[in-house]
Amino acid sequence: MSVNIAESPEARTARAPGPPAPPKPRKPSLRQRIWRERWAYTFIVPGALFFLVFAYVPMLGNVVAFQDYSPFRGIEGSPWVGFANFTAIWTDPEVLTALRNTLIIAVLQLVFAFTAPIALALLLNSLISERAKRFVQTVVYLPHFLSWVIVISVWQQVLGGGGLVAGLLDGMGMPGFDAMTNADTFKLLVVAQGMWKDVGWGTIIFFAAIAGIPHDRYEAAAIDGATPWQRTWHITLPALVPVATLLLILNIGSILTVGFEQLLLQQPMVGADAAQVLDTFVYFRGVMGGQWGIATAAGLLKGIIGTILVLSANRLAKRLGGEGIF
Amino acid sequence: MTAATLSRQGKNSLPPWMSPPSVWVRAVKALVIVLIVITMIYPLVYVIAMSFASPSQARAGVVFPTEFSLDAYRAIFNGGTVTQGLTNSLFITVVGTILSLAATSMLAWGLARTRQVPGAKAVLILVLATMFFSAGIIPNFMLVKYLGLLDSTWSLIIPGLISAFNMIVIRNFFQGLPEELIEAARIDGAGEWRIFLRIVLPLSKPVLAVMGLFYAVGYWNTYFNALLYINDSEKWPIQVVLQQYVLAGVQIPGAVVSPDAPPPPGVTLQMAVIVLATVPILVVYPFLQRYFTSGVLTGAIKG
Repeated sequence: MSVNIAESPEARTARAPGPPAPPKPRKPSLRQRIWRERWAYTFIVPGALFFLVFAYVPMLGNVVAFQDYSPFRGIEGSPWVGFANFTAIWTDPEVLTALRNTLIIAVLQLVFAFTAPIALALLLNSLISERAKRFVQTVVYLPHFLSWVIVISVWQQVLGGGGLVAGLLDGMGMPGFDAMTNADTFKLLVVAQGMWKDVGWGTIIFFAAIAGIPHDRYEAAAIDGATPWQRTWHITLPALVPVATLLLILNIGSILTVGFEQLLLQQPMVGADAAQVLDTFVYFRGVMGGQWGIATAAGLLKGIIGTILVLSANRLAKRLGGEGIF
Repeated sequence: MTAATLSRQGKNSLPPWMSPPSVWVRAVKALVIVLIVITMIYPLVYVIAMSFASPSQARAGVVFPTEFSLDAYRAIFNGGTVTQGLTNSLFITVVGTILSLAATSMLAWGLARTRQVPGAKAVLILVLATMFFSAGIIPNFMLVKYLGLLDSTWSLIIPGLISAFNMIVIRNFFQGLPEELIEAARIDGAGEWRIFLRIVLPLSKPVLAVMGLFYAVGYWNTYFNALLYINDSEKWPIQVVLQQYVLAGVQIPGAVVSPDAPPPPGVTLQMAVIVLATVPILVVYPFLQRYFTSGVLTGAIKG
C-alpha cells in the first residue's frame, strides 16, 4: 500500500512548459515557509490532533499491562507488578485454548478464504457475457456490506436449530440438525461465513490485476497452440502473484486477529472451548471479568507479535524477489 | 490484433483466436455460478419472505411462504424498542457521515501539498502508520471512559471520525484536480477556505459520494463499540437491538398487534428485525455498486 508522498500538483505543474522562469529568488527560510503556508495548518491541525488523541494516546494506556490495574484506582493508584501479567499469561490454560483456536482458524482461512477469491475471479473472468458477469458481481459483492450481526442472524435462520435446513431434514426424518451450535465443526463454519461475506469483495483487486494483462499475450499464446487452461496457468495466474503476495503479507500480519465480532457474537452459542480467540479473551477477561492487567498484557503481546510478523513477511517477500508493501 | 479491434467486435463475442468452450465446460461453469448465486442470495430472500409470512406458515416452516401478513412489522413498531434502535442508528449514521466527510476532506486537503508545507509529510506518515497498528480494546475503552463519553451516542462517532484509508483516497483525488483552476482562484484573491469550499469540494463530488457511502455503511453497522461503550438500552443502535432479540433470544417488549390478539410467532418477528436492520444497506447498495468498477478504490489500493 505505497502512497506517493512527494508528487503534489505543484510539483507536476512546475515541470510543465511555460514562459521562461525569472531568476530564482533565494530559498525562503523555514519560518518564512511556515508563515506563507499558515492557512494549510488550519486544515491539518484538527485532523492531526484527532489521530494523536484517538490513535497514539491510547497506546500509552498499554502501561496497565504492567499493573494490577482496576478502573476505580486508576493508572496512578494501581500497583506496578512488572512482568507478572505476562508470566501469568503463559500458565493460563484459557490463553492456550484461545491461541490454538486463533491459529487453527487463521490457517483454515489461509487455505480456503484466501484462495477462493482468486478462483472466483478466474471463473468470472472466463465468462463471455458481460451482462452475466456484471449480474454475478452485483450479487457476490452484496454480503460484504452487511454487518456481522446481520450475517450471523441470517445464517441462524437458515442453518440453526429450528431454521430452514433443520426443518427440511426434520421432514425427512433426520431431526436435531443445528450447524450453528456444533462445537466440532464450528471452525469450518467460521471460515464458511467469512467466505460467504467477503469472497466477492476479495475478487475486486484480482479483477483489477487481470484487466492490466495485455491482450496480445493471450493471442500469441493461442497462436502457439496453448489451450485455455494453459493460458490461465501461464499468463493469468503469474500476473496475479504480486497482488496475492501483498494480500498474503497483510494476512500474515493479522494472523492473530480472526473475525472479532463474528466470534464474539457466536461464542455464547458454541462455548469458549471452541470459540475463544485472543481478541475475545481480552474482552471477556478484561472488560467482563475485571482482570484488566492480564487482558491488556495479552492484547499488547498480540499486537507486538502481529507487527513483527508483518515486518518479517514483508522482508521475506522482498528477498524472494517480489514487491513488499513498504 | 489490438485492444481497439477487440472492443470494436462488441462485448459478447469471442476474439477470433479463441475457440468456443465445449458444451461440457460451459455446463459445469453455469452450474457452479448458479450454485454460488443461490448460496449468496437465497438466505437473504428467504429471511425477507419469511418476515412477511402468515403466522400459520411461519409456525409450520416452509421453504417459501405463499400466504402473507404484515403482523410482524405492526407488532415491532407497536413495541417501540426496535423503532428506538433504528432512530439511534439513523442519527449516528447521518451525523457521523457528515462529520467524518468534513474532517477527512479537510485533513486530506491540508496534506495534499506535502512538499510545500513544512511538517505535512511527518503528519502524513503518522496517519498512515495507524493503518498498521491499533492500541487494543482496553486502552481504547479507557480513553473513551476518561473523556466522559461512556453511555453517550458520541462515543460511536468521535473515536472513528477519520479513517486513514479514506483520507488517502480523498487526498489522491485532490492531487489530481487541475492545479490551474486553483492557482487562478488564488491569483483572483480567493482565500484558502473559499477555494476549498467553492472549488475543491464541488469538483470532488464523486470521491466524496463513495467515501460518504462507505462511512455511512460503517456507522450503520456499528456493533462492538456500542456493546463496549453503551449500557443504556435506550441509546443502543439497531445492531445491538438485533443481537439481543435475534441471537440472544430476548423477547421484544410490547411486540403485539393488539392487546387481545395472539402475538405473531417469534420467528417472523426475528426475521422482520433482521430485514429492518438490512433495508438501509440494500437501499444504498445500488449507488455503492456503481463505483466499485470506477477504479476509485482499486486505484487507491494500488497506490
